[in-house]
Amino acid sequence: MRQLTFAQAINETFHQMMDKHENVFLIGQGVISPWYVGATTVDLLEKFGDSRVIDTPIAENGITGAAVGAAIAGMRPVVVHPRMDFMYLAMDQIINHAANWYYMFGSQVSVPLTVWGIINRGGEQSSQHSQAIQAIFAHVPGLKVVMPSTPYDVKGLLVSSILDDNPVIFIDDRWLYGIQGDVPEEIYSIPIGKGVVRKEGKDITLVATSYMVHEAEKAAELLGEEGIDVEVIDLRTIKPLDEDLLFESVRKTGRLAIADGGWKTCGVAAEISALISENIFEHLISPIVRVTLPDTPAPASSKLEKEYYPTYKNIMVAVRNMVKKA
Amino acid sequence: MITEQHMINKPHSDLATIDYIESVPQAKLRFMYEMMLQIRQAEGKIADLVSQRKIICPCHLYEGQEAVAVGVCASLEREDYVFSTHRSHGHYLAKGGDLKAMMAELFGRATGCSKGRGGSMHLAAPDIGFPGSSAIVAGTIPLAVGVALSFAIQRKENVAVSFFGDGATCEGAFYESLNFAALKKLPVIFICENNYYSTHMPISSIQANTDLYKRGAVFNIPSTQIDGNDIIEVYQTAKAAIERARNGKGPALIECLTYRWRGHVGPNYDIDKGLREQLEVDWWMNNCPIKKFEEMLLKEGIITDYEKRHITERIRQQVEDAVVFAERGPFPEFEDKISQVYK
Repeated sequence: MRQLTFAQAINETFHQMMDKHENVFLIGQGVISPWYVGATTVDLLEKFGDSRVIDTPIAENGITGAAVGAAIAGMRPVVVHPRMDFMYLAMDQIINHAANWYYMFGSQVSVPLTVWGIINRGGEQSSQHSQAIQAIFAHVPGLKVVMPSTPYDVKGLLVSSILDDNPVIFIDDRWLYGIQGDVPEEIYSIPIGKGVVRKEGKDITLVATSYMVHEAEKAAELLGEEGIDVEVIDLRTIKPLDEDLLFESVRKTGRLAIADGGWKTCGVAAEISALISENIFEHLISPIVRVTLPDTPAPASSKLEKEYYPTYKNIMVAVRNMVKKA
Repeated sequence: MITEQHMINKPHSDLATIDYIESVPQAKLRFMYEMMLQIRQAEGKIADLVSQRKIICPCHLYEGQEAVAVGVCASLEREDYVFSTHRSHGHYLAKGGDLKAMMAELFGRATGCSKGRGGSMHLAAPDIGFPGSSAIVAGTIPLAVGVALSFAIQRKENVAVSFFGDGATCEGAFYESLNFAALKKLPVIFICENNYYSTHMPISSIQANTDLYKRGAVFNIPSTQIDGNDIIEVYQTAKAAIERARNGKGPALIECLTYRWRGHVGPNYDIDKGLREQLEVDWWMNNCPIKKFEEMLLKEGIITDYEKRHITERIRQQVEDAVVFAERGPFPEFEDKISQVYK
């Protein structure tokens, strides 16, 4: 099968989906910019014109609200926030409006909107160009949250997000953009709410999100050489969580570590931890461990960044400690 | 005190209209009259029901502002969209929303237009272009812009109307919406109902410049300020703006000067709270949009006195029937069900 990069897979998805569905359009800051969204929007403007590839004034709340309105009217917009941090300005439209709309009006009107947020961290960009806030959106009833980690998954999940009749927060990470992988040429979808086992194992379940999946896989490989057999799960969807997959794995291994790129307190790892202990506590033979960002904003200096962002090394230390305790 | 001296007509050449009742079809005049009466009677009844604690949800009443909702919606098709605010009863009814379903919603019943999950502030009539009202001030202005964007992309001739109050013009979302709508020449009409108060604050306490219609000119949007209690002026001005938008000429901003009789929320008049003066409320109640219109219709022979009494009684009965329908409706069951939250 031919290989595409993560960014190319996104680009192809937009080309194919906008070609097939006239009601799909892309709107947001930097959609025609050479740097804002990587190489994900190459040739879209040329092919579909500025009525469907809409670069915008810097007005995150107003523009996201317009995307919500267009979704209410039956379009399937994708509104992009090239740095997830900017989504805060649109929280009213995403949460008070888009997330609530279906429930608030008696399940009569849905909002088939995709809100695409890019985790833009690193490169000494500091605290406002780096945040990974999947936990904030996962907390809100009415939103779905997906985090694809491979070229195959990003195409399949972007398709599903666009075709979903609900507001989906589609989160990727610019560190994924260069990763290569097999991507089928046709349009296909990956169901929202389904994770996947990346590597089977019997000693410990290691759940990871987005870029941390690659760190987890690397950690698992090295731990394998130390005789620890790690099962790596790529969550793919944060909300709704694939509970069955998680329970099945932890019943088998008895140990759970979660690697997530958000902050520690009230993060995705905390939710998974609670879920496991509520439902299959008797299968645990070790406390659950979280590998996350520390509870501080992101720094600028590279030296600080190196210590701030968790890597496969942090995961390996955490896993070794868990296995040792037993 | 806010009275007539504050009302200055500022027509924009693109929106200039002929203020003659003769130019409006009679059927339209009668339709608007009945709709205004329906809103007035419904709101009065709801005020009583709130006083009797039969309705619990917060009701922000539209009494006194009827000419704005009715005058604007009278030129809209079913497929045009209207977005409104916490004070949505008038817009909901004027767009064609069902009175019984609205009343049942206020009573928190499963037969309500939002199945008991929205209350007064979140009415919906999606089949007739009223997809939902929001209580976040200025929250629906971008939504209307987005609907207009969808019409532009699909090359439809429909328009979106955004109703909001004077208070909403303090919100950033207002400016973001105007700029984008003007930039892309979107078919959205911005209707600012300036009733001189934002919750408890008089306009002079919160606005550095109280000529709200002037804010459209900043974005090259044709803007005007009109007497929001003159149904003919509202109708004609809105009609011109709507037709202009349908023809691809872009948005318009119409500031309608009006007054809400009741306080910000509930049946009282906010006089007891020291927020408004009795004399001021009295002046505006005498400047009643329905009374003025009625006098004109009778004078022009478009309705007779007999018809007036007959219509009034019919509408009174409609409102009573709506209350009966509401009270008879079952309460919804609480369900922590995924299918209520996600489609």
